[in-house]
Amino acid sequence: MAEVLVYVDHADGAVRKPTLELLTLARRIGEPVAVALGAGAADTAAVLAEHGAVKVLTADAPEFTEYLVVPKVDALQAAYDAVSPAAVLVPSSAEGKEIAARLAVRIGSGIITDAVDLEAGDEGPVATQAAFAASFTTKSRVSKGTPVITVKPNSAPVEAAPAAGAVEALAVTFGALATGTKVVSRTPRESTGRPELTEAAIVVSGGRGVNGAENFGIIEALADSLGAAVGASRAAVDAGWYPHSNQVGQTGKSVSPQLYIASGISGAIQHRAGMQTSKTIVAINKDAEAPIFDLVDYGVVGDLFAVVPQLTEEIKARKG
Amino acid sequence: MSLRIVVCVKYVPDATGDRHFADDLTVDRDDVDGLLSELDEYAVEQALQIAEEADDAEITVLTVGPEDAKDALRKALSMGADKAIHVEDDDLHGSDVMGTSLVLAKAIEKAGYDLVITGMASTDGTMGVLPAILAERLGVPQVTLLSEVKVEDGTVTGRRDGDSASEQLEASLPALVSVTDQSGEARYPSFKGIMAAKKKPVESWDLEELEIESDEVGLEGSWTAVDSATQRPARTAGTIVKDEGEGGKALAEFLAGQKFI
Ligand SMILES: Cc1cc2nc3c(=O)[nH]c(=O)nc-3n(C[C@H](O)[C@H](O)[C@H](O)COP(=O)(O)OP(=O)(O)OC[C@H]3O[C@@H](n4cnc5c(N)ncnc54)[C@H](O)[C@@H]3O)c2cc1C
Ligand SMILES: Nc1ncnc2c1ncn2[C@@H]1O[C@H](COP(=O)(O)O)[C@@H](O)[C@H]1O
Repeated sequence: MAEVLVYVDHADGAVRKPTLELLTLARRIGEPVAVALGAGAADTAAVLAEHGAVKVLTADAPEFTEYLVVPKVDALQAAYDAVSPAAVLVPSSAEGKEIAARLAVRIGSGIITDAVDLEAGDEGPVATQAAFAASFTTKSRVSKGTPVITVKPNSAPVEAAPAAGAVEALAVTFGALATGTKVVSRTPRESTGRPELTEAAIVVSGGRGVNGAENFGIIEALADSLGAAVGASRAAVDAGWYPHSNQVGQTGKSVSPQLYIASGISGAIQHRAGMQTSKTIVAINKDAEAPIFDLVDYGVVGDLFAVVPQLTEEIKARKG
Repeated sequence: MSLRIVVCVKYVPDATGDRHFADDLTVDRDDVDGLLSELDEYAVEQALQIAEEADDAEITVLTVGPEDAKDALRKALSMGADKAIHVEDDDLHGSDVMGTSLVLAKAIEKAGYDLVITGMASTDGTMGVLPAILAERLGVPQVTLLSEVKVEDGTVTGRRDGDSASEQLEASLPALVSVTDQSGEARYPSFKGIMAAKKKPVESWDLEELEIESDEVGLEGSWTAVDSATQRPARTAGTIVKDEGEGGKALAEFLAGQKFI
C-alpha cells in the first residue's frame, strides 16, 4: 500500500488535534508515515501510532527554531526523498501552508490549500474546499507531481487505528537558504486556558456591539460556561478590545466548530468567510436586519448586554 | 545606490459582489467589478513607507492578470508607486498558483529588485502561499506575514505574529516580504496622486518576453484541476426571536435541544 506523508504539528511532543485528523484522512489514501521535527519529536510517536502512523520520522536541530520555515522544508523534503509517498498532507496553519508550498515547488508538484475533506479517487486524492467566503464548494485534484495538500482543522474525526509507529531518525542536510531568515527573538503567547480557537467545538465571538475591552468579560463568561473558545470580529480587534490572534474571518482564523455564537457582529462577508462552515450558528444582535441573521439556526434580536448574561446564567443553572 | 522595490498586486473580483465560477471553473471576472485586492494595498503602503525612509528608492508594482488588471496598477500608482509592469497573455487564463508564481518570478528577475513585497493573501483565491513560493523560486529569504516591517542598511526586520508566538525576524537583502492587514492602514490616493499616476509608465510584457512556454501556464498547464464547483445551498432559515426579557433563556432552551448544554 502506498505511503502518505503527514507533517506533525506539535508543541514539545504534544501532538495537536488537527494532526490526528490528518491521520484519519491519510488512511483513506494509504499508510500514514508521520514526520515530526524539533524538540520532543520522538515523544509524539505513541499518540501518532495509536491513530494509524506506521512510521514516525523524527529530526531535531537548532535550525528549526532559530530560522524561519525553510529548515523544516529541508526536513520534509528529506522525508519525501526517503519515502516517495503517494501524497503529502500538512495542517493548514500559516506556517504549515508555507512549508507545504515550498516543498511543492521543490518536488515539482501542484498544491491544494485549506481542504475540508479528502477522499481517494481514480486520479489521486480528491480534496473538497470552500470558495468565495464558503459560498461555493469545490472538488479538486493535484494534476502534476505528488499531491501536496493542506487540511483545515475540524475537517475529519479523530479515530483510533493502532499501528506500529516505529520511530526512525531522519537525516537532514540544510541547504544554503535554510539560514536566510533569522528568528531573533520569540515571545510565546500566554495561554488563556481556553481551547484553541481553530480546534474548539464551540466558539463564542464578540464584535463592535460589545463596545469596549472591559465588556469582553461577558463574552468570556459565556464561553467559559460552555467550555468554548473566544473569537472576535475585526472591528473589535482593530478597536483594541481583543487580541488579533482571536480574530475570526478572512484575515484572522477560519473556524468550523459544532456551534458558533456571534454577539454584536453584523456578519460582513469577510467575517462570514471565517465561520460560515460552522455546523450550528447562533447570533445575538439588536438590529433585526443584520446580515448575520441570514446564516443562523437560531437568532435573538436584542441587546447583548441583557441576552448574553441571561444565557450564561441559564447555562450554568442547567449544568448545575 | 537605489533600493529597488517590486510590489506584487492582484486584481480581484470585489468580495462584496456576487462572486462565482465561469463554465471552465475558473474565477468568473465578467459579472463582478474588479479592483486592487485590499490586502495588497497594505503591501503598497509598506513599500511607500520604506521608500520614504530610504535615501533613494524606486517602487515598481507588478501584476499578472487580464486587461482590466491595469486598474489595480493605476490605483497603486496613484497611491505613490513609481512605475508599473503588467504581464498579460491570453495563454495565462486559468493559471494556478504554481503557474502564476512562475510568471511573477521571471518578471521580478527581469525587472531587477532588492526587495519584493506582497500582500498576505489574495482576497479571491485566499491561498496565502504565493509569497513563500516566490521566495523559493527566487532563492531569497522569506520574511513573511509581518505586522511590522523596517528596512535599514541592507537588512529587513519585522514582527511576525504567529499562532503560538510573536517572532522578531531578520534577513539580508535581497529578500521577499509579505505584510498583513495589521501592518497599518493604507493611504487613500490624493487628487494629485491620481493625476500624476496617469503619466507614470506602465509596461506590458507577454510570455514570450519572459521566455515562458505557454504550456507551462494557463488552464492546460495548471498543476491542479478543479473538477466541480457547486454553490452551497443557502442555510435554511432559522428561528429568529425578539428579546422581550426572556431571550437568553429561549436561546438556552434551543442550545439544550441541540445537546450543547
Ligand atoms: C480585506 C479585508 C479583510 C477583513 N477581514 C476581516 C476578518 O478577518 N474578520 C472580520 O470580522 N472582519 C474582517 N473585515 C472587516 C469586515 O468587513 C467588517 O468591517 C467587520 O467584520 C465588522 O465587524 P462587526 O460585525 O463587529 O462590526 P459592525 O459591522 O459595526 O457590526 C456591529 C453589530 O453589532 C450590533 N450591536 C451593536 N450594539 C449591540 C448591542 N448592544 N447588542 C446587540 N447587538 C449590538 C449592531 O447592530 C451591528 O450589527 C475585513 C475587511 C476587509 C476589507
Ligand atoms: N496574479 C497576481 N499578480 C500579482 N501578484 C499576485 C498575483 N496573485 C497573487 N499575488 C500576490 O501574492 C499574494 C498572495 O496571494 P495568494 O497566495 O494567491 O493568496 C497577494 O497578496 C499578492 O501580493
